[in-house]
Order: sequence, then structure tokens, then C-alpha cells
Amino acid sequence: MTEPVLKVADYNVDFWVDGVWYPAAIDMNYEVYPGKTLAIVGESGSGKSSSSMGLMGLLASNARVTGTVEVKGVNMLEASSTTVRRFRGKEVAYIFQEPMTALNPVYTIGFQIVETLRLHLGMGPVTAKKRSIELLEMVDLPDPAKTFDKYPHQLSGGQKQRAMIAIALACDPALLIADEPTTALDVTVQAEILDLMRDLRHKLNSGILLITHDMGVVADMADEILVMKDGYTVEHNTADHIFNRPSHPYTQQLLAAVPKLGSVAVRELKFEGSVKPEPVLKLQNVDIEYPKRGRIPAFKAVQDFSLEIYPGEIVGLVGESGSGKTTIGRASIGLLPIKSGVISVAGFDISNGNTKQLSQIRRHTGIVFQDPASSLNPRLPIGESIGEPILLSGLAKGDDLNHKVEELLDSVELPRSYRNRYPHELSGGQRQRVGIARALALTPSLLIADEPTSALDVSVQARFLDLLQGLQEELKFACLFITHDLGVVDILSHRIAVMQNGRLVEEGLRDQVLKSPKDPYTQRLIAAVPVPDPAEQKKRREARQAIK
Amino acid sequence: MSAELENKENTLDKNENEIALRETEGLSQGQIIFRRFVRHKAAMTSLIVLVFIILFSYTGSGIHLGDSNNKITVQGWWPYQIDQIDPEGAVESMCANGIPGCPTLDLIPEFIDGTGMQVGAHPLGMDTVGTDYFALVLRGAEQSIMVMLIVGSLGVAIGTVVGAIAGFFGGIVDAVLMRLTDMFLVMPTLIIGAVIGFRFGNLGVVPLAVMLGLFAWMGLARFVRTEFLSLREREFVDAARVAGASNRRIIFKHILPNAVGVIIVSGTLLMSGAILTESALSFLGFGVRAPDVSLGLLISRYQDVFTVAPWLFWWPGVFIIAIALCVNFIGDGLRDAFDPRQKRRISLKERMQARELKSTAAAKAKA
Repeated sequence: MTEPVLKVADYNVDFWVDGVWYPAAIDMNYEVYPGKTLAIVGESGSGKSSSSMGLMGLLASNARVTGTVEVKGVNMLEASSTTVRRFRGKEVAYIFQEPMTALNPVYTIGFQIVETLRLHLGMGPVTAKKRSIELLEMVDLPDPAKTFDKYPHQLSGGQKQRAMIAIALACDPALLIADEPTTALDVTVQAEILDLMRDLRHKLNSGILLITHDMGVVADMADEILVMKDGYTVEHNTADHIFNRPSHPYTQQLLAAVPKLGSVAVRELKFEGSVKPEPVLKLQNVDIEYPKRGRIPAFKAVQDFSLEIYPGEIVGLVGESGSGKTTIGRASIGLLPIKSGVISVAGFDISNGNTKQLSQIRRHTGIVFQDPASSLNPRLPIGESIGEPILLSGLAKGDDLNHKVEELLDSVELPRSYRNRYPHELSGGQRQRVGIARALALTPSLLIADEPTSALDVSVQARFLDLLQGLQEELKFACLFITHDLGVVDILSHRIAVMQNGRLVEEGLRDQVLKSPKDPYTQRLIAAVPVPDPAEQKKRREARQAIK
Repeated sequence: MSAELENKENTLDKNENEIALRETEGLSQGQIIFRRFVRHKAAMTSLIVLVFIILFSYTGSGIHLGDSNNKITVQGWWPYQIDQIDPEGAVESMCANGIPGCPTLDLIPEFIDGTGMQVGAHPLGMDTVGTDYFALVLRGAEQSIMVMLIVGSLGVAIGTVVGAIAGFFGGIVDAVLMRLTDMFLVMPTLIIGAVIGFRFGNLGVVPLAVMLGLFAWMGLARFVRTEFLSLREREFVDAARVAGASNRRIIFKHILPNAVGVIIVSGTLLMSGAILTESALSFLGFGVRAPDVSLGLLISRYQDVFTVAPWLFWWPGVFIIAIALCVNFIGDGLRDAFDPRQKRRISLKERMQARELKSTAAAKAKA
């Protein structure tokens, strides 16, 4: 048997917070072998990222790391800082979650790869450049010689992640630590990056330590899986074992919380009587354009888009980043002006977007934003955030308002005492529930949900979707649910609309779109979604590669 | 075993949460900020010291407003005036090395050097012509504080409003306001100050301070604008708009509290800068005019006698440093109070206690 590249034993990570050592990882033991992938799975706060950062001493100074971490037989925790630095990048390479922030924006891609090469391998500038271009070619970046001189902002998200991988692979590392490498990417791009990583693993025979919360990605990549919860290792076994015969209840729960395509019974909306009621939201041949700014030409984000949503209906709007789905959501409640076409909300025409018309629809609309960290004012206690729409509409004041806020907190299952807390004191899921409470404060007839679950863990997401569904059944509002996650749409929506490059490519009932998609783009999109089942994912992967 | 430990930790967490809850139960944003400010020790000490200095100097030397033609004067408790000259007195209270006007203030008690603790007739000594220096310093502090407060508040108010409007509305409004700011910026402060001082210096310190304040807001406006440019793109601004908030409410209720850090930092810098600008102007003869004095004027007037009569240099310096430090600490406290992320620092003693608690808990869990 081959020697493991990484051997971790009795490994503990603690953080010194407010006078107490808080454990982030407790008694971890695992090994990573060359050419194999070990996936560490867990929800946010389970210690998966901290434990992997601690391996190479990348944690903040208030952390304490104990145990043994052997990379190629050298214990990293006892080695001098010079040795550790030599190992970083050369033997152990990291790929981070956010390619947007992990690359230095003021240097070219080429410069950043050359830097690594010259630092670790002592190459001359000419050879280093040649090697960098080879690396860029290896990660399938288009026109490597040109990409070499490009700055990070000139690349798309997927290309940036490829560049990151190229940097990580520059010194043929024995171990690649990938911390949520595809979380920030679209599904089709994610599939390509995963293909690339799988490919490289065989080519270079490196071990991969994959840290992720996405069970689909795990099923696609991992040979072995380690499940973490609150710092403890709850289960450690082969992928096949974990997916098909999970023994620990937490693993079972985690797997159950993952939305799977086609696992929910048919949801159909029945209208009272035979006539369809007036739609709550009606978009007719809408064009939206971001105007010219200086030398940047005008950009047409949405073209000729038509959609109707009826009372009590949830419509899922799906598409990749840049497809214009968020633009549609924002225009639907008058946050963006439209260039041509007609938008009417709850019977009011807001196509012209003047202030008077917009103030009429405020009482009938609510929006839940994508990023719970940025959508709540950090300086405002959440009670005030929730109460603001009520206060501004003049419906209630003083004690009445307090009472309403408490009711709203109850309805989203948050303790009433939370009203005096600031947003940063809440977890992501709790913040998003505050977002819902605020959006529903005026019992709107239309709710726009703009990727409300993209920042949440699967089990939190499952609870959030349950809550939203419950509230929707109770209050019967119409909902435009914008997401890139087909699994979520599958659970929630009655109808699905698919967007690509600002156009509506397909629209229909849920099952019709998911089971027998007509448009080739929709087909590709559905094929790219990783399924949390290794065997089936393998089949799907092969099928997808056959399409290509 | 580990479950038990976990339980203990959970209860610990819960207790902590409960304390945190009790701390913020039923309070508005303003009340929370006030409480946090009161708890900031350095800021509260500085506030008390500053208030003391203000009261001390104003009650001591009295209140003097208006120009030389129509003065409004209220007498203070200090018997000497800044225009009383007493050359004989200065000679009488000569120091051991023959320098007239030696300070009579003695803080060293009797059993150490023998003369004993006393204030004396002229605690800070007398200047070269025999004016009581305590009266001069009090009067100087009074004028400098006046300049600082007026310039600071005017600069912060104008700068914040201009920056907020330019940053929030953008486009043509931004362009016009920023070109206006540029216009103000290209004029050298000292030359503007000299012109202002030449025209308004004889009217007393208040008009001078107001005019200086009208030329002190540009840097702050730029900072606030930048902050607004990035904050207005945040989703909570859209959320407020969807909730039906007006532009005014969004600017003042939602964005401004988030920009308060920048405003306070540059505001305190502005205030300390104001004292220096005033000193520079007084030095050039365009600021506060004799017989009136300011702290800066005193320092520049007596800097060449530093070697022989150092007290003439020390005391105004001490007051300038004390005032500037106080302003900065208060600013620091305000910034921390506005920032919800800032938690109370935990002292070393509390840390040790917490560690002991934890280790005993762990030991019990193990046993």
C-alpha cells in the first residue's frame, strides 16, 4: 500500500474567544492517499474549514492547534515556520471558495503564477512564463498566451477558478486542499471544474482534500467521506457506504435534507371556478437596459420577456448568473426602470416607474434578498428592520407596532427577544427568516424571493423552504422564486421559467420542464446538476460527457 | 463524557445569551448607542476631563464676546485680568536663577523639599511684561475651545450633508457638488485663513471660527461621499426603498449610521486641526489679536524664551494636548458605540476566571 500524503492524528483546533477555548475540531483522524479524494462534509460552523486551514498554520493568532499533521512524513505542527512555508504551495496547495477575492486584482494572472513558480522552484522568468502558459493550457483556459496577460476582472467566475487551480497546481503539489471550490459557481461551470479536478487528480496523482457542504459535489468526486458536526467526526467511511448505508443519524438527516430532483409529488395550482383570475404580476414584452456610463456601452440585460403570475402561485425563475433573472425580480417591484414593455403589479401599471405609482404597490409587494448579510441594515436592531414597512405605511405605531413585530417574529419561528439584536448576532438562516418577516410585514399579494437560500446550509435551507411553503399556504401570496438551484425549484414551485442571456427560453409546469425539457439549454442545465448518489451521478456524468 | 461537556458548554452559552439579552431588552437604537458609550471608560473619562477644562476656563476667566468696540464681558473668579500689567510683581517673584515671574505653584509636599504644597498668587507665573500667566492660559483655552467646537461642528455638518447628497444621488448632483468641493479645495487654507483673519479677526473669535468652519469641510465631504457610494449599493437600501422609505429617511436613518465611523474619525482630526490652524494664523498675526490670546498664540509668542522660562511654553502646550486627546478619545468611544460589532473588551482578570471555570468544568466532566 502506498504511503499517505497527509496523515492527521489526534488533531484538535480551538479558538480563544471571550476568555474561553472554543473547540472547532475535536480528535480528528484521517489519511489522504495519492490519487484519492477525501471529502469533509458538514454544515457551516461544523469546523470543516477551520480544521483544514489549521493543517498548514493558516489560522488567526487566537487559534490553538494540537495533534500531529504529517505531510509526506514531516510533522507540520512541530516544524519551523520556514519549513512550513516551503511546504505551502509546493507540497500542499489550497483552492479557496471565492475566486473573486483569492486572486490579487492588481496583478495579471500570469504574474501570479510566475510568482509561485519562481518562489518555490527557483525558475528563471522565461522558463516560468513558459510553464505558466502550459499550466493555463492544462486547466483548459481559452487562449492561454493571452490569458497570461489578463487581469482577474477580465475573466469570468469559472475562468478565475480555473486560474486559481492553475496556480495551485504550479508546483505539482502532493496534496490539494479545495475549500468549497465550486460553491460560488453556476452548475454548468461547476460540472466543468469538477471534471477538470477529477482529470488532474489522475494526471498528477495528487491527493485531494475536498471541503464542501454540497452532497451532489461529494457524490461526484469523493472516494472517502468524513462527516463533521460541531467539531466532532460523526462518520468516516467510503463514499458508497455513506450514501447508501449511512449509520449515524446526523448523516441520514443531512442526506434527507438535500433537495433531489423529482422526489416531490406533483404540485398543481387549482383555481376556483374555471376562469383564471387576474394575474398579480404581469410582464409583457419587457426590455431592460443598463444605460451607457462613460465609455461603457449600454447593456441589454433582459429582452422581450413575458411572464404572468397568478394569485397563490409560486413560479420558479431559473438561470445561470448573468442571465438577467435578478434584474427581472428587481424590475417587478419597481427597483429598476424598464426600457419598454408593460409591468403591472396587483392591478397597478408601474411601467413608467414614477414615484406615485410605485408608492401604490409598496403595500402589495415584498422582497427577500439573496445575501442575508447585506440585506439587513447592520446598524439597525432587527425589530426596527421588520417594523419599518409597517411604520412607513402608517398602519401602526408605538405599542401596536411592537405587537405586530412580535407576531411576525412568531410567524417565522424566531424568539421575540431577538428584536433588539443586531443582524450580525444572528446566523445566516435566522437572518433570512428576518428577511421573510420584513417582506411579509404588510401581507403582500406578491413576494419576490431572490435566491434566498443560496447562502444557507442544506438543513437550514430545508427548514427555510418548509417555513416559506407553510406561510405561502396560509397567506396565499403569489411568489416569484428566483434561484439557480433546480432542486429547490422542484420542491417549491408550480411553474418554472428558464432564462438564458436575458431571454426566456422555456416556461411551463414544473414536471413538464424538469422531466421533459424541450430547449437544449434547459436540458444541459438539468444534466449538470450533481445528484447526491455516487452511482447515479456517475451515470449522469457519463451521459453528460456523451452529449458534449 | 463529551456529551456532558457539551451540555455544560451549552448552559454556559445560554447564560451568556441571557446576559446579552438583558442588556438590550426593549431599547431603541439611540438608547443602545448611549449605553455603549457610557460604558466606554476612556471616552467617559475624557468627556469628564473635557467638560472640566471647559467649565474651569470659562468660569475662571469669564465670558468675553463681541469685538473691541462693544464687548460683552462677564467676570470670572480669577482675580487677575489678561490686560493687567504688574512689572514690579514679576521682579518680586523672581526665580532662583534670576528670571522674573517664577510660578508659585508647588505640588511637591513639605516633607520632600521643605517649602510645602501651595498655589500662591501666580500659580503659573507671569510673562515677560508681568501679566498673570494663569489668566492668559485660561483665556487662551477658552478661545481655542471655542474655535475647535465651532470649526468642528460646522465642518462636520456641511461636509456630511454635501458628501451624503453627492454620494447618494450621484450623477449631475454629484458632479456639481464635487466640482464645488474642488473649488474650495484648491484654495490654500492658510491664505484663505489670512484673508478671513484680516477681515474678521478684529471681530472676536466667534466670527473667525465660523468663517474658518466654512472652509474646513471639503475632506470630510469627500470621505462621506465615497462611503455613501458604496453603501447605497447594498441590499438593505433597496429593502428600505421597497418598505416605502423616502430618500431622506434612507440617507439619514439607514446609510448615515453606517458611515459614522468615517465621519467621527475625520471630525476629530478636523477639530485638532482647527486648533493648529488657529495657532498658525495667530502666529502670522491674522488670527486672534492681542490683547486677546489663544493657546496657539501663547506658544508661538513665548517659544524663544523656552530655555529661560519654560513654564511659558509648557502650560499652553499641556492644555492643547489635553483638549486634543480628550476629543480623540471621545470620538473613539462614539465610533465604538455606533458599531454594533464592537464588543466590550474582556479584562485579563475575567479571562483568567473564565479559564478556571472552564478547566474545572472539564475536570469534573472527566471525573
